[in-house]
Amino acid sequence: MATEHATNVQQALTPSGYIEHHLAFNAKSLGEGAFWTLHVDTFAMSVALGLVVMGLVWLVARKATSGVPTKSQAFVELVFGFIDDQVKNIFHGNRHAFIAPTALTVFLWVLVLNSMDFLPVDWVAGIVAFFGGHHATWRAVPTSDINTTFALALAVWFLMLFFSIKVKGLFGWIHELFAAPFGTPKLFMPKSVMGFIGLIASPLLYLANFAFNMIEYISKPLSHALRLFGNMYAGEVIFLLLGMWAASGVAWVLPSAILGAGWSIFHILIVALQAFIFMMLTVVYLAMAHESH
Amino acid sequence: MNINFTLIAQAIAFAVLIWFTVKFVWPPLLKAIETRQKEIADGLAAAADGRNALEAAAKKSEITLTEAKQKASEIIAQAEKRGSQIIEEAKGNAKVEGERILAGAKAEIDQEVNRAKEGLRAQVSTLAIAGAEKILRKEIDAKAHSELLSKLAAEL
Repeated sequence: MATEHATNVQQALTPSGYIEHHLAFNAKSLGEGAFWTLHVDTFAMSVALGLVVMGLVWLVARKATSGVPTKSQAFVELVFGFIDDQVKNIFHGNRHAFIAPTALTVFLWVLVLNSMDFLPVDWVAGIVAFFGGHHATWRAVPTSDINTTFALALAVWFLMLFFSIKVKGLFGWIHELFAAPFGTPKLFMPKSVMGFIGLIASPLLYLANFAFNMIEYISKPLSHALRLFGNMYAGEVIFLLLGMWAASGVAWVLPSAILGAGWSIFHILIVALQAFIFMMLTVVYLAMAHESH
Repeated sequence: MNINFTLIAQAIAFAVLIWFTVKFVWPPLLKAIETRQKEIADGLAAAADGRNALEAAAKKSEITLTEAKQKASEIIAQAEKRGSQIIEEAKGNAKVEGERILAGAKAEIDQEVNRAKEGLRAQVSTLAIAGAEKILRKEIDAKAHSELLSKLAAEL
């Protein structure tokens, strides 16, 4: 945790200004309206990191040998095997065509994006201030930007729709929207008054099924995106609070550094776990889209 | 919570990364790993085959060895038999030959004896004449008495 720069900022800004400064995106307007804004920091970081991590894996995969593997190939194969095993347990189709490579991409990409949380917040701010002046802002953790998590979650959501329709057909998918999970009404001879009411009311099953499916389709991307965002955003805010604490007086530097180190170590778990959970949910959602009821 | 164009940009980046992985990263790794798995399985199968072949060969060599031993002992027995047969034959031949030689010798001896007898007979008459000449000293006509003498010689 770099406290030196925090002290400088403290001199220039108020505590809330410090937090606001660190949580502000490097936004660039592309056109009229609030929507046409690009978070340059989020986009640049995620594209660069994505290229680096998948490029490194590609460099190894390109020269992959079926003979005795090099150490780097052994490591990549370890990751490959880990992802492949997870997907194999969940999805029972041809996973190699799309779902397993997607899971690998999601896991590695989210993992490196999350890992940016380990960069000391004030070092990032310091470097950006050096190049862009005191008012320049830079958010180093793309997954603490809700746009990133929703971009991934919605992409998975669209893939879900795509595979649902591809596997079941458009009609089959629409039929399932109304027929699953509670089933469809059955015609029967009512034996009592309640039975007669049941027969009259049974078309409501269609409504219940549809409502249930809608809730599922809405909740899936929301929980998918917000779980990752919440974890990473909270982690970043904790780092910022610790940094600010260190800036509030020389006596607080040491306890803040110790707590910061502790939170960093704990964050290794969160970073890896959230990447894993995000990958697993992606696989589960895509696998569910392949299953008919 | 400001959703903006970043979302679309990130989704595009995500799509490109997935495409890249599906196309260029996953297949070579999968191929390398599956080829290796197959090679290992084949190697293990080949090793098992080799072990089986070795066992079969050992069994076969044992059988061949037993057969060879049996054959060798048969040949030895046969040879021994043949050897004793040859010895017996030789013994028989030798006996016959010996007897033949013995018979020849006997015949020769008989012949010699006869020849000696003939010689003796011839000489006896001469001796007798000489003796008689000495005894009689007188003229005894050899011719007149030769008949008598040859009679005497034949009586010997």
